[in-house]
Amino acid sequence: MNTAPIIKPDYNDDIVKLFTLATVLWGIAGLAVGLLIALQMAFPALNIEPYLTFGRLRPLHTSAVIFAFGGNALFGTSYYVVQRTCGVRLWNDKLSLFTFFGYQFFILMAGLGYLFGITQGKEYAEPEWYADWWLTIVWVSYLLIFMMTLIKRKEPHIYVANWFYLSFIVTVAVLHLGNNIDIPICAVCAKSYPVFSGVQSAMIQWWYGHNAVGFFLTAGFLGMMYYFIPKQADRPVYSYRLSIVHFWSLIFIYIWAGPHHLHYTALPDWAQTLGMTFSIMLWMPSWGGMINGLMTLSGAWHKLREDPILRFMVIALAFYGMSTFEGPLLSIKSVNSLSHYTDWTIGHVHAGALGWNGFITFGALYYLVPRLWGRKQLYSLRLVNAHLWIATIGIVLYITAMWVSGIMQGLMWRSYDPMGFLQYSFIETVSAMHPFYIIRALGGVLYLSGALIMAYNFWRTIRGDVNLKEHAPQLQEAAI
Amino acid sequence: MNDDQKDVDKVSGVETTGHEWDGIKELNNPMPRWWLWVFYITIIWSIGYWIVYPAWPVISGATKGSIGWTQYKKLADDQAEIIARQTIYMDKFSRASFQEIMHDNELYAFAMAGGQAAFKENCATCHGSGGAGNKGYPNLNDDDWLWGGTLEDIHFTIKHGIRSIDDDTRLSEMLAFGKDNLLKPEDINAVTDYVLTLSGKEQKPTYERGKTVFQENCASCHGLEGKGLREVGAPNLADAIWLYSGDRKTIYETVFYGRKSVMPAWKDRLDENTIRALTIYLHELGGGEPDKPPLQQEPVNADGTGQ
Repeated sequence: MNTAPIIKPDYNDDIVKLFTLATVLWGIAGLAVGLLIALQMAFPALNIEPYLTFGRLRPLHTSAVIFAFGGNALFGTSYYVVQRTCGVRLWNDKLSLFTFFGYQFFILMAGLGYLFGITQGKEYAEPEWYADWWLTIVWVSYLLIFMMTLIKRKEPHIYVANWFYLSFIVTVAVLHLGNNIDIPICAVCAKSYPVFSGVQSAMIQWWYGHNAVGFFLTAGFLGMMYYFIPKQADRPVYSYRLSIVHFWSLIFIYIWAGPHHLHYTALPDWAQTLGMTFSIMLWMPSWGGMINGLMTLSGAWHKLREDPILRFMVIALAFYGMSTFEGPLLSIKSVNSLSHYTDWTIGHVHAGALGWNGFITFGALYYLVPRLWGRKQLYSLRLVNAHLWIATIGIVLYITAMWVSGIMQGLMWRSYDPMGFLQYSFIETVSAMHPFYIIRALGGVLYLSGALIMAYNFWRTIRGDVNLKEHAPQLQEAAI
Repeated sequence: MNDDQKDVDKVSGVETTGHEWDGIKELNNPMPRWWLWVFYITIIWSIGYWIVYPAWPVISGATKGSIGWTQYKKLADDQAEIIARQTIYMDKFSRASFQEIMHDNELYAFAMAGGQAAFKENCATCHGSGGAGNKGYPNLNDDDWLWGGTLEDIHFTIKHGIRSIDDDTRLSEMLAFGKDNLLKPEDINAVTDYVLTLSGKEQKPTYERGKTVFQENCASCHGLEGKGLREVGAPNLADAIWLYSGDRKTIYETVFYGRKSVMPAWKDRLDENTIRALTIYLHELGGGEPDKPPLQQEPVNADGTGQ
């Protein structure tokens, strides 16, 4: 870093830069596909057969935002954080470069596969066996780099952010291998069949699927939170003891909660009970992260008035708290019998994804970009603020539309008249949801617009521009 | 920092753990008590839940729980509640004739509710959720019936279908006069124009030729005046209601390629009571006809519709 004359370990920031750029690009791509499929729900004529239909674009959207946007953000921030909290350079430059290009290649393989109709048909695990094997190689390299960097650390203790990052890397490796035990139908065929079948296959899929949420989108991003919030707020972490207890309880309990995705199915009652009760017990361990993050701001709340980046992080925690309360609620069987298979689930997922994962990532990116490219400040803090509010309104529109639509859908499905006849046909529920699909798409427009504003802000920042209008008074003061 | 000197955060006055990473310290705050208590309560609640409900796998299956709950029992209970609502009327309904149902307010309401529910799930896909029909699928709101609009007629059509695989299906075929070379192209043109005049369109120079072709080839089913014949489901061509649309191009296509659209037989898919309820619902949609010979003096649909 050319702005820092003090002697620092020679950190590998080039690799973080690459992942940062990839995060922004994939984020915009993933959100744009999300907007398109939201519009397809409202206006089915927008399905263009065969490549651009909802069925193929939906996994493209989920994979792009979770694994491409979220994954690159996790790679980038974990490489940044582990170096600084260990006080050493990232282990093995060449291998870290391989993880970058290898991961992007995986994303392309998976995404192009979906467009051509190649899928395992498992939610969040759609890529076929050849992409799975490639990802395994990349992921083991990632684990090796992270572990080796931790091993050669100069700090006596391992910082809490790194516990979360490591648990994310290790568990995702286990989940990925466990859920992709397949046999290809031939050596040069894209198609494979899973070794498990029937309800076993479903259970393994949701053990995977739920813990993709738990370890990819929760533990990994808590790692991000534990570094960037204390740094941006310039305050110590609120409670070391809370971080230990909520870390261990979170990772121990999360891994059991998957069966709540299979309530009232062929899954045995006992497994459903365990999935539900472990989800209830997960409530406080999840909230531990929110409490520790929010309380870290005690003594620094006034900073929220002038720091839109910190605001992103705090709103992220609020959405994290909300969706980790909603999750256990939805896992209760009687609630689930109303909510399951409705838009309520979609709203719940997006409260977490847009509010928590999106906002904590945006906060981290706004922190990282000026530092990585050696700029004194961002091009414009006003644009950060504009991004914040436009995106927040977008999320609120999205999730309220899906709450109303989902609960309405669930109530309509189960509605019987006094003589014992179903009151609504399926198509009537679909037409009733149409207005909410439009509101949801509008929320998507706003959220995507916010991300585009961020990309513009980064482009100007990296070019070295400073918004003179905004910074003029300070510059004048400095001149005096 | 020195081990003997505690590091205290100036803002909060709380001790830190003494560790520091890239400028980040950790306060040695205790866990919030309310957090810990709610955590304990969720664990205790879960243990209680495990006692009451099926929960832990054991060698011979799984623990059964103290109240014997299973999701299959729950399903049976929920279904029983709905079936109980229907049972109040079902017994009487299944023994009543159409005419008895039409003159019993309760049974009539029951038939309309059940018919509507069955219609939405089974018929609306083709006939539209309001029964307004679509190209090739008749409008069920009007009094223009292809195969008859009495309760008996409608009941038979639903049960056996039209050109279905059922042995008793209603059967007829509009021939492909062009494709199968039954008529010359100029005859088809002429008869197409003639058909249009039946519903009041202007006469073309080929009128007489068209009329001859019609009388020789079409009148046996559609009638000399083109008013249709219910015995073979031949549509009335002299009104403004069209099954496939009344523009010249569509009529030409109909004559050239013929038509044989299918309505499935429902007798093996829906139970008799559902079909009877559907029959009454459709009869009351707007155009039901009185049974012949009328069993009652007063008009059968005097109760009005409006369910």
